[in-house]
Amino acid sequence: MTLTLGHFLSLGAMLFAMSIIGIFLNRKNLIVLLMAIELMLLAVNMNFVAFSYYLNDMAGQVFVFFILTVAAAESAIGLAILVLLFRNKRSINVDELNTLQG
Amino acid sequence: MDAKTGIFYVFAAILLFSAFRVITARNPVHAALFLVLAFFQAAAVWILLKAEFLAITLVLVYVGAVMVLFLFVVMMLDINLDSIRKGFWKHFPLAGAAGTIIALEMSYVLMGGFREPPQSASTVSAVGDIATQVSNTKELGKLLYSGYIYPLEVAAVILLVGMIAAIAMTLRERKDSKRTNPADQVRVKAADRIKLVKMESVLTAPVAVEEKKA
Repeated sequence: MTLTLGHFLSLGAMLFAMSIIGIFLNRKNLIVLLMAIELMLLAVNMNFVAFSYYLNDMAGQVFVFFILTVAAAESAIGLAILVLLFRNKRSINVDELNTLQG
Repeated sequence: MDAKTGIFYVFAAILLFSAFRVITARNPVHAALFLVLAFFQAAAVWILLKAEFLAITLVLVYVGAVMVLFLFVVMMLDINLDSIRKGFWKHFPLAGAAGTIIALEMSYVLMGGFREPPQSASTVSAVGDIATQVSNTKELGKLLYSGYIYPLEVAAVILLVGMIAAIAMTLRERKDSKRTNPADQVRVKAADRIKLVKMESVLTAPVAVEEKKA
């Protein structure tokens, strides 16, 4: 039994489902929410790399490169917002973020 | 089942286990460290897929930079763990249902459509040939700096914007600290230092002071 594209895609799907569960569970902890989003991006990148290998096309890996870039910027800004939030509210509970009344 | 498949299963198992620990760990520091483990396993899986450059980038950028940032932020915040963990498993039935449905649907589609081994051995061996002739890094670099040069510039600008935004948001002026402003000190002129006030001499004033003293 050799490795097929299905193996890698299933791994990515399971990782994605795991991080979905994490987002449901960690409703009060913004840090772990950000970590779950990082896991989601990792699952997506896994799919890109797998397709890139099995379809013999480097464009997928280029896309993974850009996703990594954007994810790094996103987590930096997310953590900055988190620090700012904790400074003002002394809490990182998502349920308490209702200042905008949205 | 060849050795590569076995290695894949080992890495995948550790990856899924560490992902599970990330979302259920009680201490956010443990969650961050398990996320580091997950990134290492993902990098190993990517090396199995002959994407060495991206695997090394994942370790350098994510483990080296982003996760260290996460760890610092986690350590700086003083989080009340008990209030955060209260009602943690309350949403588990919903979460488990959603996750299971997603995983089942996706594996149904994936195992239905992508299960068959690569049609021709030539495609895989072609990748192997390319890998021996030109390294993955060189191939990716050629592509990035020729066809994708404009997106690369945009990515650089995005990183710059992210950096400036993060610094500008978290920078704060301390009102209570006493300090001098070097720029003001350099720019100061003699006229600012001393102020000459023209006033008429009054003879009676010293007399009044002397009277008070006496």
